[in-house]
Amino acid sequence: MATRSSLATGIGRVLIAVYGILALAATGRSVVQIIEKFSFAPFAYTLSAVAAVVYIVAMIALIVPGRFWYRVACVTIVFEMTGVLVIGTLSLFDRALFPDDTIWSYYGLGYAFAPLVLPAAGLWWLRKHHRTAVSADPAPSTASASE
Amino acid sequence: MWVQLVIAVVVGLFAVVVGFVGWKPNDYTVGSLVLVELLLLAQGVIALVLPAVGSPPKGNGLEFGVYAVSVLLVPPATIVWALIDRTKWSTVVLGAGAFTVAVMVYRMYQIWFALN
Repeated sequence: MATRSSLATGIGRVLIAVYGILALAATGRSVVQIIEKFSFAPFAYTLSAVAAVVYIVAMIALIVPGRFWYRVACVTIVFEMTGVLVIGTLSLFDRALFPDDTIWSYYGLGYAFAPLVLPAAGLWWLRKHHRTAVSADPAPSTASASE
Repeated sequence: MWVQLVIAVVVGLFAVVVGFVGWKPNDYTVGSLVLVELLLLAQGVIALVLPAVGSPPKGNGLEFGVYAVSVLLVPPATIVWALIDRTKWSTVVLGAGAFTVAVMVYRMYQIWFALN
């Protein structure tokens, strides 16, 4: 078995699973909204679609080992954290911008605040595994390292 | 629907609790998710048959369909993710999957009867 990212062990697996679920939820919702009524709330729906893509990339970045994907994970999770905070706040004060809800509206209220808690947990996890994750670049040879 | 919901929640709680206790995925935890999936498949068939016999959804059909397809993917994906790394956290993952199914089933119920 190839060396697995230290990010994908232990509680990290639950983190990745929840990212997967959120990615699925966000993507499904985006698909329906964009197909059916894009003109109703184009900004909101585009935002949801962007969020969905970012969640998918974040999930992949947490699974695949190596320095590059570690950085991708950092960037995507910071992006999401910023997104949920900014959009969450905007959704409270500028309803006209959001005729329909996005995944980040009201800080992710519609998703049990998972969009708020998850990036925070993700950042904590990345911080915790910083040293091991960036030093664990996968070996180019096929030599396997047993866990 | 309520049967499914209760079962999915119970399975979720069961898996999360035993996961934290330290069980690795076993026949009971994985099996209960298989049960959840079977119920979902049965529900999927019913959802296909009902419109055909004149009882279509009151709510948004496309949204229901997207949920229905997605929810069928959740237990298998959860099981695969849990089994390729058999630790107690994997059992917690099984629980998370079951809870997700519970939420999605409830949403599908709302969409079908246009309760939202």
